[in-house]
Amino acid sequence: MAVQEQTLITAKAQARARMATAERKAMWGNIGRYVAVVVIVFIALAPLYWTFITSVKNGIEINVSPPTLFPKQLDFSNYTQVLVNSTFFLPDLRNSVIISVVTTILALVFGVFCAYAIARTNFLGKSAVLGTILSVNMFPFIAMVGPLFVLFTGVINIYNTYAALIIPDLVLTLPLTIWFLTSFFRDLPPDLEEAARVDGASRLRALWEVIIPLTAPGVFAAAILSFIAVWNDFLFGLTLTTDESAQPVTVGITRFNAEHVVAYGQLAAAAIIVTIPLVILVLILQRRIVSGLTAGAVKG
Amino acid sequence: MATKAADTRASEGPSLLERIKLSGGFTPYFLVFPTLLVILVIAVYPMLDSVRISLLDNPLINSPAFVGLHNYGSVLGDAEFQGAVRNTLVYSVISVAFETLFGLGIALLINKTFPGRGLVRAAILVPWAFPTVVSAQMWLLMYNDQTGIVTYILQGVHILAPGTSLVGTASGVVVAAIITDVWKTTPFMALLILAGLQVIPGELYEAAGVDGSTRWQQFRSITLPMLKNPLLIALLFRSLDAIRVFDLFYIFGAREVPSMASYSNFKMFAGTAQDFAPGVAAAVVVFLVGIVISLIFVTLMREPARQS
Repeated sequence: MAVQEQTLITAKAQARARMATAERKAMWGNIGRYVAVVVIVFIALAPLYWTFITSVKNGIEINVSPPTLFPKQLDFSNYTQVLVNSTFFLPDLRNSVIISVVTTILALVFGVFCAYAIARTNFLGKSAVLGTILSVNMFPFIAMVGPLFVLFTGVINIYNTYAALIIPDLVLTLPLTIWFLTSFFRDLPPDLEEAARVDGASRLRALWEVIIPLTAPGVFAAAILSFIAVWNDFLFGLTLTTDESAQPVTVGITRFNAEHVVAYGQLAAAAIIVTIPLVILVLILQRRIVSGLTAGAVKG
Repeated sequence: MATKAADTRASEGPSLLERIKLSGGFTPYFLVFPTLLVILVIAVYPMLDSVRISLLDNPLINSPAFVGLHNYGSVLGDAEFQGAVRNTLVYSVISVAFETLFGLGIALLINKTFPGRGLVRAAILVPWAFPTVVSAQMWLLMYNDQTGIVTYILQGVHILAPGTSLVGTASGVVVAAIITDVWKTTPFMALLILAGLQVIPGELYEAAGVDGSTRWQQFRSITLPMLKNPLLIALLFRSLDAIRVFDLFYIFGAREVPSMASYSNFKMFAGTAQDFAPGVAAAVVVFLVGIVISLIFVTLMREPARQS
């Protein structure tokens, strides 16, 4: 008895000591965690901040050494330069919007059917189909550019038109769209669709009337990601267009430092205009983007 | 992996044959056909056509001559291309290493719930969503020798001599590209690794906790082995993405300090008509390097997990 009590007491003391160490560890863990949060958020956002203050500095302050971290006065003339005086920036911005929207719609139409088949039906060669589609995402796109240039300037004469970008941009966005849609479609309980089909709805009607409405947020997230992927293209835009009639804004922006004197202020203003819509979209949709990316990564 | 999940479900329910009948026979094929056609015609076909074009003397004229591997000879013998290969490989190895390390750290951090987690998640998605070429321009605002804060700081701590900048030298351009890419792509790596972390069953850690093993021991004996395949997949994605790097070198290095892809681009579009086919050959080399990397990773993934 006494021995047992003795061991019980030592065990309790040990447990208390362990808890004290655990608490101390937890406290340091918390401090470390918050330091990490501050460092990560700072590094992630600092270039955006620098770009913003560069865009609102006047022509003198921009060249001051040491560089000022808080602009002494706000000067928006860079924005008027970019939006009003530049001959190519607004047309390029319009081109990017048109190309991104059209490509996204096409990718969704193709992608919804394909992802539905992969997520909700069983067929021979399914993993080969999915594998082919996803591996295209890892192709070196530079190797597509030469043949497409030859094709678009020769046989199919669409060089420097929207079509010349929408077609290859589908390759950028289809794998991503299908990856996302498949993971969202798969998460839907099968009973819902089966109930609709017992009621006599065909597969396509079940897809249209049950699955898409129920996964609408996921479809929307896939659309946004597709839009971002196309919006961010630079290589195809650079090589398959030549002027404002189809050139995307990612190419337009490089024209601010292609001249003899680099217009840093205008470059910064243009970068802010191009990225702010993306920042807003991402902040609104962050939860869904993360769940789509992580879910897709595990199951896809 | 997709089929595996479907197969398990199939074996629980009716037999496979019944299931295929239930799933509507040919309907799935009709559904995937348009996408597959698009992928084959506008991605796979040009990719293979680049091999054909790389064997011609001048594909931009009506009747080009077949020159065999001549273009490959001239590209591989070009000192500028050898430099591009070196730049690309150094950039790829170092940036992917840092992205994996930082990505793992961030993934471990946001795998636990704590106030501020949402903030980290939102903040890291911001660089990820930016167009790479615009990110490059934003960093150029900090790297340049006239207005750049990075230049100012590096000169202040005497890493850079007065009057010089990071993007002024060849090795500096590679460093600049690595920094910008680590900033931009670590979030993607973190999310891929996070996905791998989230499928590790919590009971494993509980059991280890009962055994009295430390956090570090748990990380070594549970987290890392369980993460092996997700990590290898993430590394494969990133490596294939890194060797095709274009935008960063196009902006920071221009013609003077190219990557393999930007060398190919300058050759195709900024040279003479005779340079077009060698440019395509350079792009095919990027493709071949990618295939070699994929094969290496697939072998590593097939290898049974070693006992630790």
